This record gives sequence, C-alpha cells and structure tokens, in this order.
Amino acid sequence: MYPYISITPEDEQEMLKAIGLASVDELFEDIPEEVRLNRDLDLEESKSELEVRAYLRELANKNCSLDQMTCFLGSGAYDHYIPSVVNHIISRSEFYTSYTPYQPEISQGTLQYIFEYQTLICNLTGMEVSNASLYDGGTAIAEAALMAAAVARKKDVIISKSVRPEARRILKTYAHIQDLNIIEVDIAEGVTDLEKLKSLVNDDTAAVIIQSPNFFGLIEDLEEAAKIAHKGRRTSFIASVDPISLGILKRPGELGADIVVGEGQGMGIPLSFGGPYLGFMAANKDYMRKLPGRIVGQTEDMEGKRSFVLTLTAREQHIRREKATSNICSNQGLNTLAATVYLVTLGKEGLREVALQSTKKAYYAMKKLTESGKYKPLFNKPFFKEFALTSDIEPEVINKKLRDENIIGGYDLGQDYPQYKNAILYAVTEKRTKAEIDRLSSILEGI
Amino acid sequence: MAYDKLIFELSKEGKKAYRLPPLDVDDIDVEELIPEEYLNKEELDLPEVSEVDVIRHYTNLSNKNYGVDTGFYPLGSCTMKYNPKINEDMSRLEGFVNLHPLQGEDCIQGSLQLMYELEKALCEIAGMDRMTLQPAAGAHGELTGLMIIKAYHEKRGDSKRNKIIVPDSAHGTNPATAAMAGYKPIEVKSTDKGIVDVESLKEVIGDGEDIAGLMLTNPNTLGLFEKDIVEIARLIHDAGGLLYYDGANANAILGRARPGDMGFDVVHFNIHKTFSTPHGGGGPGAGPVGVKEHLVEFLPTPMVEKDGDRYYLDYDYPNTIGKVKDFYGHFSILVRAYSYILTMGRDGLKKVAETAVLNANYLLSQLKDDYYLPIDTLYKHEFVLGGLKGDNLEATTLDVAKRLLDYGFHPPTVYFPLIIREALMIEPTETESKQTLDEFAKAMKEIAEEARTNVKLLKEAPHNTIVRRPDEVKAARNPVLKYEG
Repeated sequence: MYPYISITPEDEQEMLKAIGLASVDELFEDIPEEVRLNRDLDLEESKSELEVRAYLRELANKNCSLDQMTCFLGSGAYDHYIPSVVNHIISRSEFYTSYTPYQPEISQGTLQYIFEYQTLICNLTGMEVSNASLYDGGTAIAEAALMAAAVARKKDVIISKSVRPEARRILKTYAHIQDLNIIEVDIAEGVTDLEKLKSLVNDDTAAVIIQSPNFFGLIEDLEEAAKIAHKGRRTSFIASVDPISLGILKRPGELGADIVVGEGQGMGIPLSFGGPYLGFMAANKDYMRKLPGRIVGQTEDMEGKRSFVLTLTAREQHIRREKATSNICSNQGLNTLAATVYLVTLGKEGLREVALQSTKKAYYAMKKLTESGKYKPLFNKPFFKEFALTSDIEPEVINKKLRDENIIGGYDLGQDYPQYKNAILYAVTEKRTKAEIDRLSSILEGI
Repeated sequence: MAYDKLIFELSKEGKKAYRLPPLDVDDIDVEELIPEEYLNKEELDLPEVSEVDVIRHYTNLSNKNYGVDTGFYPLGSCTMKYNPKINEDMSRLEGFVNLHPLQGEDCIQGSLQLMYELEKALCEIAGMDRMTLQPAAGAHGELTGLMIIKAYHEKRGDSKRNKIIVPDSAHGTNPATAAMAGYKPIEVKSTDKGIVDVESLKEVIGDGEDIAGLMLTNPNTLGLFEKDIVEIARLIHDAGGLLYYDGANANAILGRARPGDMGFDVVHFNIHKTFSTPHGGGGPGAGPVGVKEHLVEFLPTPMVEKDGDRYYLDYDYPNTIGKVKDFYGHFSILVRAYSYILTMGRDGLKKVAETAVLNANYLLSQLKDDYYLPIDTLYKHEFVLGGLKGDNLEATTLDVAKRLLDYGFHPPTVYFPLIIREALMIEPTETESKQTLDEFAKAMKEIAEEARTNVKLLKEAPHNTIVRRPDEVKAARNPVLKYEG
C-alpha cells in the first residue's frame, strides 16, 4: 500500500467485478500494443517519508540559505521581511487545496480574498480595475504589451532600456509570436532618455513601457513619459512598478499611467530561488473588458446576500477560446492571498515604514560605501532601495570575497550593459541593519 | 449568521498588526533624499487592523472554502488528488525557500541538482529527450510549446504553416494558445465514439502545406484513449507538422504509456494535476515542456547542465525561443513535485494510473443506471455523463451540481467538453477510497430520485451553503470589481 492511495486489494477485486473485468491490465486494453510501455520506468523505487526528507534536506543544505548569509542582492527579487501571519494563513488547507473558484457557493473564501486583493492593488497603484494576477512581473509586462497592441490595433511597442533586462527578453519572446516590433529607448545617466522617447513615439505606437524605480533603482519621470506617450494616437502608457516603493512614491495612476504592472514578490512571497512569484496588472476602466486573466466581482445571491463570483468571463479562454484576450488559466492564486495578507498586515503605516526604512538604509549604504572614493556611484540620481557602484575591481572578485564572508553581493551590471563594466547594483531592504552595512563597507574597503 | 465582513470593514484608526525595529541609520527626512515631486503626500489607502483581526478574518474566509482536504473533489480534467503534506514541508526547507535566484552558482548547487534530476525523471515519464522547467502553468506550457514548433518551422524556412489543428473536444486553452501564438486554430471533429475522426483529420490536413501542428490531449477530455494515435501522428508528420501533447490528463497513463512513444514531439505536464502539487485556489502551478531531440535547440534558456560534480546554468542555445518567464520557473512547486516522484517511485506512479482508471470505471458502473452515458465504453481516469436519464426531466446538469453541494461534495466539471450535451465530467483520482466513491454514487442516485419526485429540491439548490446561486449576470452587467467603502 501507498499512503496516498486508499484502495485495498480486496476493494480492487470488488471494483473490477462491478466493472466486469478480470484484471487491472484489462483496464488498459484500449491502449494500442505498440505504444504501451512494457517495462518499468527507469526511476528509483518508492520511498518512505523519512528517506525522501533526508535526501531533499541534503540537497537543500548544498545551497547557501539567506538564513546564514546577508543579502545585498535584488535586481527583481527582494529580501523583504515576511510577517509570520502570512505563512499561517496561506497554510490553511481550505485555501491551498482548493481549485479555481468555479463553484461560488463553496469558494467564497477564495473569491473574497481576490476581491480584497483587487481593491488593494487598485488603491496602491491608483488604478480603477485589477485582475486576479499573472505569472510574474516579466510576463505581466508582456501581457500588458499584447493587450495594448490589441486595443490599439498597432504593432510598435516602445520599451526603455532601463526596464529589467530579463523582462525585456520575455517581451521579445512574446512579441515574436504576435509580430510586434519592439523598439528600445536608450538611457541617459541611468534613466530613460525622454528626448529620444519623444522622437520615437508616433501614430504607430501601441504602447510605451517604463519601469520605475528602474532596473538601476532610479526613479523615472513617469509623468513626463506619460505625456510623451499620449502624443501617440491610442497609445497606452504602461508603468512597471515595485509595489513596496508605492509606500512613499506617487501612485502611477496619478501620473498618467493607463496600465500598471509589476512584480509582487516583495509583498510577503519568499525568494524561493525565483518562483513562484506574483505578476499584478491594474488599468483604467477602458481596459476592463480586455484584461487578461481572471477577475472577481461582487454580486448578490438568491436571498440578496453580498457574494462574490468570477466575472467578465467572456474575455477568457474557456468561454471565448480562439478569440480570448490571453490563454492564461491557472494564475498565482495562493500568492495573491500572501500579498493580500501582507498588505493588510502592514496597513496604512506599515507599508510606508518599510519603504522609508529601505530608502534611508539604502542612502546610508550608498554614502558609507562611497566614503573613501574607492567605489563611486554610477549615477547621481534619486533612487529608491537600489543603487549602482563602480570601481576598478571586477565584480566577480568582489562577490567571491563577499561570499567568503557570508555576504551575498550585488548584481554585476556588465552582464547586461557592456557600458557599465565593473559596476555592481546593490539592494538594501528594511531587513538590513547598520551593522551589516558597515561590515559590507569594511570588507569592500579591504579588497 | 455566517461571517460576512470585508477586511476594509474592520479597519479602525490606530490599529497595527506590524512593527519594525527602530531605524538604526541616520534618520534623514525623505524629502532630502528624493525630490518632492516624486513623493506621495497622501495617506496610503490601506486598512488599519490588528494581527488578531487579520488571523480571525482570513480564518473565517477559509471556513467558506472547500478544498481537497475538506472532501471529494471530482472535477474532470483537473485531477484534484490529495496534496501530500511532506511536499509542503520540503518546499519550505530553509535552503530552498530562502534562496535568491541570482546568487552565484556555487551557492545554488542543491537547487540546480534538484532541477537536473527532476528534468531527467520527467523526461523518462514522458518519453522525451529534454525538458524546460520554466513554464508557469499548463497554458504557459502550451504557449512555450507552440513557440518551439514555430521556431522549428521558421528555421527550416517553412513560412506557410499558419494553422494548428485542435479537436472539438479540446480545452479552451488549446485554441486560445494557438491564436496567441499567431496561428489560426482549425477544428477537427470527433467521431460518435468520442475520439478524433481520422477521415475528418485527413480532410482538415488537406495537402498539409499550411499545417504547423496538432494539439491533442490523450486520454482526451472525454476520458478516452485516442486509439488511432499512431495513425494520427503519421498523418501529421507526413504533412510536415508536429504533434503537441497537452498533459492535462497524464495521470491516466503514468508508467503505462508515454507521449514520446506515441509520436508526440512536444509535451507539457500540469505539475499541479499529475504530480500532486496543490491548486492553491487557482495557482501557482507549473507546466514543464518536454521535447524530442530535433527540438532541443529551441528550448528556452537557461537549461541546467552537469559537468563532473558541478551543476550549472547553460545559456548557450543560439536558436532558443528566448525566455518565457522570470528566472527558472516555479521552483518551490518543482520541489513539491520531485518530493512526490521520489515518494511514489516507478512502482507507485504506475499504481497511481492504475488506481485512477480503476476508480473512474468503478464509479461509472455505479452511476450509469441513473445518468445518461453517451458513449458506453472503457474509460481512463475520467468519464463524461450527459445529464440525468429519463424523458421530460426539468432538472439540468447545473441543478444536479448545485444539489451535490447540499450533500457535501464538490460538483464535477459541468458543461464541458462542449460536444456532450448537459455534460458532467467526473474524475475521481487515485487518492479516493471505495467508501468515498460509494457515498458519492449514493448521493448522485438520491439526487436522480429527487429529480423524478421532487424537482423543486434541485431547482432551488443549494439549500445549505452560506450563499446560494450568486447572480453572475448581475455581476457581469454591473461590474463591482473593488470595495468602494
């Protein structure tokens, strides 16, 4: 017997009899002989929980967990603190073992937290509608571009080179299948060159995509970029934002964004070696019937009770099939619950406090690390929680040395931007302490 | 009275659920660091609640949900099997959960090894040569697979192929994916036996010059094995197209048959179906995509490789379709899946398929007296009924589904596949006991009897749930998509 199989040998005999078959093999007689697998799979035999646990623990221990290291690495995934309540709520099996809420009568828990999530995302971004999530920040940008192109019936998508490089690579992959033209705008001193942007926007432009804080941590002038984007006819201005930064920065909805997307990992979701994270998407009402993915709406039941259902499903693949806006079906479900619990736990003042502490500690780190002049700021522009430093030393050498001191160093910008050779991008969250920053500084000085 | 608050309705000025240590660096006014024009001057529009409020609120919401841990969940094509608890614990091991994706390779050897070994195991199960673990879900796997098919044709300079064939019984994601990938989906009819009509397929293929490929679920959405699969594969390959395997129903064939041996060139698995990872109320799942040797060069990067004892990320794929997702996929979901594969092993996985098929055919044998069975044959892991048996019955499949809620069961998938009228698509999975199946069959029989004698009970169902048939038309006509206070 196996722990997750509940049929006894006696049951099996009774059930076969009820079906009118003599053996389990007969259940598979409809599979043509030539495609039957007439051997065992080349895998190990089944194991006990104790054995599986021991083996996977051995693998986990080969990694350097951030529990033993101090992390100054960000670049799209951040070491923010996750309050205990988050894991306790998402561990409730009524949530995590449920399916997509197609039967509203027994899914009000899921439906209501998605409704709360949509509200929180709208309030945070200053937008009117939010969907129930997309896979991650990168694919959210791609989906936003596809939606904007479909709405405008145009093919040109302009994206700044200050958008996270991996997100731009995903956009290129998606753009290829829809024959979209991706036009990249250069950067000037670390931010989008708005003069260049001005010269690129025209009536063929479906969308302009800007990230703020951008990949280098710098705050972009979204308001001005939106104005430029809107010079195009039916051009969507898409802003990709760090939700934690909205604890202190102006909401993109007030700056002219039509569509706001971003990576929600910072909101209570562990780093987990890159996933699963949380893509969010919010927009103006005009896009409501074009948004990809699920949306929950409020309604009333037979007795007039407030209740929640999946709505506007005419957009979705299971109804519209080949005419659907997107093919997304499974989304980030449980991670939207994590983000919801995170945001309400932090609340009005907590999120602002996380953003403020991250910023103040990042500015302190920048000051401390550049004090001696050995490391210089790559840019002199306002930033949020990440900043780039340059020096004569190769990033590989620096990061190796830091690793020996149990510090995860920053991101080597030269990998994606050859012009920024020997530049490292450091991230500082509210979790870092003055002592950790000072220690990073003294080790860097010693290299 | 059931709990009926929204979190926003618990908010009261001054409440807190969170506390940070005091700032230990220079407390410079943020206006001195960041120009005022960028700063939000208003209060954030977030609630103010205590930790007790948070826990009580979401615990109350969880009580309004039904999960696999609550009871039987026979949703066809969704494979709602039990989610083993050790998998959850393993995904939360410190070394896996507190790991940044961009840490240096010497810091992530354990994760890379896990991905390397999982890929090998999944390839063996699927009969494929290589597999990318990057796709986030089944539909994302489909999209990745069609991108690979597109890249294959493009590299050969074969630019006329603009159509993807999809059976009329396919999941909605198949035609949606084909359209999203820039193809025109073409439907192929099923026979009255519920499988792909080979003659109709030949007609759809025509001279074959514009066929990029075929997407097929096998067993299909009716729960039937496509017995002509070898012939279907030959027809598509002869036309120059490629075969895509939608792995939604792979639970039926684990260790018994492999898509690779059937002639499929590209395969995706739904990790959250076949490999027991939780559905999480709609995600996150994972949708790895496997390919045969001739398509390996197009896989998304990076792939995990091994050099001696060292594992590394290989980006050296000049013909790659590119990246389809941030980082390397849904790693913590993949940890759960590997934990499951290790636990079940080669013997257990085969037993999974055998028991899933046994359970489905047994349950069918208990229901066909009272429910219409359009195609009376041997099924695999699921079967599709065509509503209640009998003439002039007022009760519909929707009524049966809603009445099942009163009996404490999650209803089956309803009104899908589209080719069966009043469809009730039932997938019990291997984790259910005979007692559970018997109880469900008993409830279904009682409901059939009620339909004959007291149809009002069905029409007004559910009676015992906290809400009853919420008005979906109203929700769509007058959308209220956020709390307005």
